[in-house]
Amino acid sequence: MLLAAVLAILIAMALAVARAVKGPTTFDRMLAGNTVGTLAILFLAALGFLNGRPEWLDIGLVYALLNVISTLAVLKFFRHGDLALGPDDDGAS
Amino acid sequence: MRMIVLGILLLCFWLALSGHYTAFLIGCGIAVSSFAVLASKRMKIDDDEAVPIAVIAGIPRYYSWLFWEIAKSAWNVARIIVHPKLPISPCMTVVDASQKSATGIATYANSITLTPGTVTAGVKGKRLTVYALTQEGALNVEAGLMDQRVRRFEGRT
Amino acid sequence: MTMIVELISWLLMFSGSVFIVIGAIGMVRMPDLFSRMQAASIIDTFGAGLLLAGFMLQAGFSLVSLKLLFLSALLFYIGPVISHALARAALHEGVKPILSKDRRGRLDAGKHKEG
Repeated sequence: MLLAAVLAILIAMALAVARAVKGPTTFDRMLAGNTVGTLAILFLAALGFLNGRPEWLDIGLVYALLNVISTLAVLKFFRHGDLALGPDDDGAS
Repeated sequence: MRMIVLGILLLCFWLALSGHYTAFLIGCGIAVSSFAVLASKRMKIDDDEAVPIAVIAGIPRYYSWLFWEIAKSAWNVARIIVHPKLPISPCMTVVDASQKSATGIATYANSITLTPGTVTAGVKGKRLTVYALTQEGALNVEAGLMDQRVRRFEGRT
Repeated sequence: MTMIVELISWLLMFSGSVFIVIGAIGMVRMPDLFSRMQAASIIDTFGAGLLLAGFMLQAGFSLVSLKLLFLSALLFYIGPVISHALARAALHEGVKPILSKDRRGRLDAGKHKEG
């Protein structure tokens, strides 16, 4: 059953990558990239169980943190064209 | 009070992630978590928004309700996706949050986003802009059941 | 007893896999960004949650399952933040969602309101 989960994650990853290649706007690509990141975390966890090495979960935790920071950074960059935002513009839409 | 709760939570986090319980490592954990608490006091982020200890009592009840809600709406969205005709009727709407604190509004907006089928696309003061995949989803959000739940959740001080 | 736990764990992992694949199919099938976001939301919350719950039962009561709990809590809290940021940025950049009905002017009687 673990193998089936790994397979399902791989299929979903392939579909998400297809959306990232096809996606008409930048935001579609970013959404697909974030989904691939989430699936990679699940993949690490499943693979760790499959190999009997649950220590890989630590890598998954770090990867989750990196994933959220990178997505937010890219979003902020596309929104403001800049990563540093002054105190006077609060970014309200 | 708030500092103590924060320190204990951080120490538990350290102990859970380290997995080795020698005197030296536990001492390191105590040192690091007290340092983090002092740093957050100095940065003035130790307010009600960062460490909302008032809501801890209401967590089990609200979260179990939220999980059930997520399960139901995930099932609905999954049925829409595998339906050959893809019967979506996208809809955008606005709702007013009735929570008093920033924590309550954030919880409400995040709960809306967390349930598949609806996403909060904008917050302005207490007015939330919500995108819903189906018309029923939008009407459900407008009916405000979740709003009441979150209000009860944050009101328990 | 272990048999039952094993069975429940298998069931959780299986349904989690099914929901993940359905969400990925939805990401390909849906017509615009905002509806795709809902499909991704299935993967992020429900699929991942079920799968991690299944792993948790496999691991038993130990530090490993605690780490899995942390992982699922992390996904649980950052998922909506990412979706919200993405939706707001997309609306701000002028990506128009395909709508069958726009009720955004509902509360302020006719006055048009920007998202």
